[in-house]
Amino acid sequence: MRTRLSVAVTGALISLGLAVAGCSGSATPSQTSTLTIYAAASMQTTFDTLKTTFEAEHPGTTVMLNYAGSQALATQLVEGATADVFVSANDTQMKVVTDAGLNAADPRVFATNQLQIAVPPSNPAAISTFADLTKPEVKLVVCAPAVPCGAATVKVEKATGVTLTPVSEEQAVTSVLSKVQAGEADAGLVYKTDVIAAGDTVTGIEFPESSEAINRNPVVLLKSAPQGELGQAWIDLLFSEQGQQVFADAGFGAAQ
Amino acid sequence: MTTTVEEASVRSSRDPRSRLYSGLPRWIYLPAVIGGLFVALPLVAMMLRMDWARFGVLIASPSSLAALTLSLQTSFTSMLVCLVLGVPMAMVLAREQFPGQRLVRSLVLLPLVLPPVVGGIALLFTFGRHGLAAPVMNLFGISVAFSTVAVVMAQTFVALPFLVVSLEGTLRSVGQRYELVAATLGARPSTVLRKVTLPLVLPGLASAAVLSFARALGEFGATITFAGSLQGVTRTLPLEIYLQSYTDTDAAIALSLVLMFVAVVVTVVTASISERSLA
Repeated sequence: MRTRLSVAVTGALISLGLAVAGCSGSATPSQTSTLTIYAAASMQTTFDTLKTTFEAEHPGTTVMLNYAGSQALATQLVEGATADVFVSANDTQMKVVTDAGLNAADPRVFATNQLQIAVPPSNPAAISTFADLTKPEVKLVVCAPAVPCGAATVKVEKATGVTLTPVSEEQAVTSVLSKVQAGEADAGLVYKTDVIAAGDTVTGIEFPESSEAINRNPVVLLKSAPQGELGQAWIDLLFSEQGQQVFADAGFGAAQ
Repeated sequence: MTTTVEEASVRSSRDPRSRLYSGLPRWIYLPAVIGGLFVALPLVAMMLRMDWARFGVLIASPSSLAALTLSLQTSFTSMLVCLVLGVPMAMVLAREQFPGQRLVRSLVLLPLVLPPVVGGIALLFTFGRHGLAAPVMNLFGISVAFSTVAVVMAQTFVALPFLVVSLEGTLRSVGQRYELVAATLGARPSTVLRKVTLPLVLPGLASAAVLSFARALGEFGATITFAGSLQGVTRTLPLEIYLQSYTDTDAAIALSLVLMFVAVVVTVVTASISERSLA
C-alpha cells in the first residue's frame, strides 16, 4: 500500500514538475505564469503598486512578492530558495547573493534612500538642523548601529564629527517612528520614505548632512530564474519613467 | 515537645521513602514524557548549535554584561514592587467578598493575556509625556520615559498578575482556620496577618515571588515599547538578545543560555528554601 501511494505521489509530482517546466519554456505569455520576487520589506508599498501595473501589462502573469528583511532573503537564496529577482535594501545583502554567484547579471541600483529628521507635528523642541539634535534637552531616538538605519546614522555622525546622545537606540525604524508619533521623543532619525509613509503623524526635516550616508537599493536577476524574461521585464519596469515616479512619490531618490 | 500530629504527618508525606506507591496509571507517563521533551528539546538544540569556543567572549562583552546587570537589578526591583503591591491584592481577593469581585479579578489578570507590546503602549498612554497621568507627573517634575524606572514599571505590569494569581490560590487552599482561631484568642488583624497568615503561605509566597521575578527577567515587549533601548539604562538582557539576533546569532544564543541559567538557579534556590521552611 505504502509503496503504491508513494509511486502515485511521485508520479503526480513529476507531472506537476513537467507542467511547470512547460509553462516556463513557452515564450507566449498567454499561459499563466508566476514571477517570484524576493524583495526587501521596505519596498512593500511601492512594489504592491507596481505589481498591479505589471500584471495589467502582462496578462496571465501573477507576481509573487515575498517581502522580508534583506538579510533573511539573502540567506534563503544562498540556502537554495528559487526566485527570479532579488531586491535588497542595501549593498551588503546584495553582495551576499552575488558572492555566492547566484546573479545572472550585475546588480543595478534602482532607488536610493537617505535619512531625515522626524519630529512630532508640533515640533516641541524646535528642531530645524542636524546640529539641533545635540542640544542636551532634546530627547532623540535613533536606530541601533547594528541595523541599517543605525549604521547610516553612525556614518553621518562620523562624517560630520557630531556626536549624538540618543535616549534610545531602537531595533527598527518603526519603533523610532512610533516613539516620535507618541510624542515621547522630540526627534528621531529615520529614512525619508518612512517619514512619507507615516503621513501627517510626523514632520520630516531634511538635512544636508544626510548625503553622507545614502542607502542604495539594488536589484538583480537571478541565474536560476524560472521566469528570466519576466524577471527582466520587472527590472525594466523599476527603471522606467513610471516606476521611477512611484519611487519618487514614496520618497526614494532616483536610480543610479 | 509540642510536635503536633499534623507536623509529623506533613514530614512523613515529604519523605521520599514513604512514596513508593505514586498511584499514577502507567499511561500517564507517555504524555508527560512527550510534554517534557517538547520543552527540553529546543533547549538542547540551542545548546548544540552554540559555538562554545566563543561562549566566554560573547557573554563577557561590555554590552552583554551591562544588559545582564541591568536585567538582574530591574527584575529584582520589580519583584519587590510586586510583593509590596501584589500580596495585599491577593489577600483582598482571597479573603474579602465585595460586589464586582469577579470583574476586579479578571481586570487584575488582564496583563496575562494582553500582548506585552500592547501593555507597553497602554503604559505610554498612562505614564508617557502626554499620558493620562502626565499632568500630575509634570506637577512634581517626574519623567519616566526612557529611564530605568520605566523598565521596572513595564516589568511590574506584566509580572504582577503572576504573583497575585499564584498567591491567591495558596491563600485559598490554606484556608482561614488558624486565622479564625488567632482572632478568637484576641489577636488583632495586623497581628494575625504577621504571625499566622504570612508564615502559613510563606512557601507559596516564595514561589509566587520567583514566578514574578522570572516573568520580569524575560520581559521584552512592554519594555521595548515603553522604555526604549539604551545600553546600561533600558536595554535589558532580552532586548540585547533581540538586537544581537540581528547581527550575531551565536551571541543571541549565548545570552539566552545565560538568561535561562539565571532563571533555573533562582527557581531551584527558592524551591529548596521553601522546602526547608516546610520541614
